[in-house]
Amino acid sequence: MTKSALPVTVMTLLLLAAWYVGAAWLNWPQAAETLARAGKPTAFADVLAQAYAMKRPILPTPGQVVVELWNSLTGYAPTSPRNLLFHTWVTTEAALTGLAMGLVLGILLAAGIVYTRTLEASLLPWVIASQTIPILAIAPMIVVILGNIGLTGLLPKAVICMYLCFFPITVGMVKGLRSADPLWLDLMRTYSAGGMRAFWSLRLPASMPFLFASLKVSVAISVVGAIVGELPTGGQAGLGARLLSGSYYGQTVQIWAALIMASLLSVALIAVVRGLELVLLGRAGAR
Amino acid sequence: MRLLVSDLTHRYDDLTVLDGIDLTLAEGEILAVIGPSGCGKSTLLGIAGGIVAPTSGSIRVEGEVPDGCLNPITFIFQDFALLPWRTVEDNIALVLEHHKLSAAERRERVDSGLRRMGLSEFRNALPKQLSGGMRQRVGIARALAVRPAMLLLDEPLSALDAQTRELLMDDFLELWRREKTTALYVTHNLDEALRLADRVCVLSRRPGRIRELVTIEVPRERRQEPSAQAHLAEVRGRLWHLMKAEAQMADREIARA
Repeated sequence: MTKSALPVTVMTLLLLAAWYVGAAWLNWPQAAETLARAGKPTAFADVLAQAYAMKRPILPTPGQVVVELWNSLTGYAPTSPRNLLFHTWVTTEAALTGLAMGLVLGILLAAGIVYTRTLEASLLPWVIASQTIPILAIAPMIVVILGNIGLTGLLPKAVICMYLCFFPITVGMVKGLRSADPLWLDLMRTYSAGGMRAFWSLRLPASMPFLFASLKVSVAISVVGAIVGELPTGGQAGLGARLLSGSYYGQTVQIWAALIMASLLSVALIAVVRGLELVLLGRAGAR
Repeated sequence: MRLLVSDLTHRYDDLTVLDGIDLTLAEGEILAVIGPSGCGKSTLLGIAGGIVAPTSGSIRVEGEVPDGCLNPITFIFQDFALLPWRTVEDNIALVLEHHKLSAAERRERVDSGLRRMGLSEFRNALPKQLSGGMRQRVGIARALAVRPAMLLLDEPLSALDAQTRELLMDDFLELWRREKTTALYVTHNLDEALRLADRVCVLSRRPGRIRELVTIEVPRERRQEPSAQAHLAEVRGRLWHLMKAEAQMADREIARA
């Protein structure tokens, strides 16, 4: 941990520096024009200060984004739509519901594929084909179709998340359920234990490391799915809605604050999965 | 429990691995099966254990099972077959989980297995923390937990070093001194056969046929005594003579193929 502190710090500082340079470069023409129109001095330092202080910059500075995040998080009650935490929770709720649905679907599909040869031949191509359709194309369809049968709000978003989530879980679990050593299966047979027992005692525990690897991918794309799902609903609430309204009104600072929040959310969820993995599989190491 | 094998033949597609095997294991007898690799020793064990269906011929077991026997015919594996994520005691409990037992009886069976193999202090260890010898002891304790009537041992000591093998052979002797469990013991190690078996069955190279059944006249308990050595040396000489011829021919056939 301490060994990596220095390289990480250096890298972070370099990225921040690049961000500030980029913000100055991208905002420069607009900043210079604003100053000229107002009849103010346009020396290098003046334009630079203006480029870093615009209300609707092309690229806001990290400082502006942090201030926006801080104001949003501390200025309003967490239940207020002006607070980003409110939107983060809306997105988290959809992402986790979708993840849970994707987990169930993914494990069921994997078990079907592992145990039935027919399903492997008939189902796997469809599972793969489902992931070749861009989610941006299919998300509005899901919202419209489910809305038509009276399902609105959380559920359509969760279905979109599930659509993205189940794939890594299916692929990981097919491999995981097959990772049980044939010798262990012989063992179960010679001790006359049935197939269900072999599933619960052998195949499922053997697949856990694969499941957690898949979950870390799934949890991150579930957040993406929830955000994408919030776009076609017209932007009522959620991080996706903040992105959408930000782009309607040219509020780039708001967009970047929502983006940072979304990535923090993904990081936090992956950390939770990692924590669960350590608690559940910790002592047995790789298993 | 007795085992009666008659005219047993087994083929994998076109490959005949066992050909006309006739064999009888008496109650409490330990029969070692030796032969060159690929002669169908393990297949014979698989058929006896019911995990391989023979192509033709019959295999029967007769006799009574001991009290509390959950799995009359029980395997002991060369590579131990322990689940790496389960502790020693949970590995033993694995084979009891699909039986309706009271919690107390389950615990009693696990504890007595641990005690008999000297594993009590390692009950919470994971297999990777144990030496090979200890791992096989867990495998034996697991087999004992179901109170078997017949043991099928598939080269149980082949994955271990020479010293550990000696120690485990003592464990087996102790086991068979206390319980007369019938056993079919597959090995390619003459020392193991001469230490442990009542009779030794020499299989020919593939297709496996019985070349000879050799009876060791000295009882197991007296084989370390000086007076037994002349007989054991004679048996060893005979077995080695048979094995050598088969192994050499098997090697030539592999080279030709």
